[in-house]
Amino acid sequence: MKSILPGVVSNASARRRGVNLVGPVDLTVSGPGTTMIIGPNGSGKTSLLRMMHGLERVRSGTVSWAVPTEQARQHQAFVFQTPILMRRSVVDCIAYPLIVRGVPKKQARVAAAEWAQRVNLGDTLKQPASSLSGGERQKMTLARALVIKPELLFLDEPCASLDGRSTREIEDLLAQARADGTTIVMSTHDLGQARRMADDVVLLLHGRIHETGKAQEFFHNPSTDEGKSFLAGGIVE
Amino acid sequence: MNEIFQGLLEAVGLILSFDRDLVDITLRSLQVSLTAVAIATAIGAPVGSWLAVTRFRGRRQTIAIVNALMGLPPVVVGLFVYVMLSRSGPLGVLGLLFTPTAMIIAQVIIATPLIISISHQGLRELWAQYHDLLISLNTTRWQRMRTLIWDGRRALLTAALAGFGRAVGEVGAIMIVGGNIDQATRVLTTAIALETSKGNFSLAIGLGLVLIALAIAVNMAIHNMLRTERASLW
Ligand SMILES: Nc1ncnc2c1ncn2[C@@H]1O[C@H](COP(=O)(O)OP(=O)(O)O)[C@@H](O)[C@H]1O
Ligand SMILES: [Mg+2]
Repeated sequence: MKSILPGVVSNASARRRGVNLVGPVDLTVSGPGTTMIIGPNGSGKTSLLRMMHGLERVRSGTVSWAVPTEQARQHQAFVFQTPILMRRSVVDCIAYPLIVRGVPKKQARVAAAEWAQRVNLGDTLKQPASSLSGGERQKMTLARALVIKPELLFLDEPCASLDGRSTREIEDLLAQARADGTTIVMSTHDLGQARRMADDVVLLLHGRIHETGKAQEFFHNPSTDEGKSFLAGGIVE
Repeated sequence: MNEIFQGLLEAVGLILSFDRDLVDITLRSLQVSLTAVAIATAIGAPVGSWLAVTRFRGRRQTIAIVNALMGLPPVVVGLFVYVMLSRSGPLGVLGLLFTPTAMIIAQVIIATPLIISISHQGLRELWAQYHDLLISLNTTRWQRMRTLIWDGRRALLTAALAGFGRAVGEVGAIMIVGGNIDQATRVLTTAIALETSKGNFSLAIGLGLVLIALAIAVNMAIHNMLRTERASLW
């Protein structure tokens, strides 16, 4: 199978009702590894991820992949900041992406149950998804994203409202996915998480990419004042 | 006063003894209205879900028209169906006038807009929740509609119940297209009208009690659905 990477965002911006959400930005995701998008609230992290995945229309510039966009979308998955639950059991929620792809129901359920085990939700298969706790919900949506074996996984602040233990579980699962070859692009406003997980860092400010670089370099020696200030925990506007 | 009380007593007697006419008429009412609602739901649920997931020019207007159609006076629907089915009408050859089928057609026309409207409201909320996920998963429009219909089945059942309530209590249209023929097209509402005009209060009241019981049962069911819908984990 041909890789969908590199993904190239070229001078692209997204707008809604005349308001600029993000951009214009240039960014290349070549994988493997984890690209961490950091920046203050409202800097455009969510919008950038959504635009790359095709959830926000690109109003100028382009987002392109090594294969046609339609095909590239088949190998991407997206985990939303607030878990989107379906009115189904845990196992059926996780199986849903497979069902959509035409996998027979039984087979989809078996695969979903396996994934539920992997994210430690093996005991909750038959429960309504909405009966899960916050951390469990996010693990469920992570399993639902990974069940299709995406080449590229987007996550929008997946741990934003989780406690430490759930955050660690999610991070471990993501480290595993990364080790299995999934390229990850995720946003966070948790610098600790960025330090723990990032291979590459993208600093967004006011909808623009302010600085990009390898994680080691960025965290040791950011090249801009805003980067320094952001790392120091200062308020960056 | 005494006459009404007398009628009420006799009515209860009729109900408790499963009076032949009363049972016949009740069953015919159920048969006509349940069939009509099944058809109307088979039309209304997909249309409601299609309206929820599709953006097109004139969508607002379409929804406004559907909502306006909910207010169609049944008598006018009856007139319309009568004209269509009458011997000289476009569908006259089918010979359906004054049959239960004609009544079903009229009730389908009356119930469908209501069912579309209520299911659209419920499924639109569900679509707002599911939108990003289903787009992200590259679902086809058909898959989106099916997913909403399945996951929104409570909303659809609520819509169907409301449609049934409207259909079973309606008199204007079925009186015109059914003709209120004894043993053939007489149902609860038309029988009540007739028996009342004949001064046959006990049967009229008995039929009325059955109709009220049906209406209450339907409304309680809807109320329960909505409550569990809100409270439920599904
Ligand atoms: N639905 C929307 N309509 C209009 N503006 C929006 C919408 N969503 C986000 N924005 C604006 O777009 C900008 C970027 O938002 P967002 O991508 O959510 O940032 P972040 O995820 O970094 O907090 C913000 O200024 C925000 O106010
Ligand atoms: Mg955000």
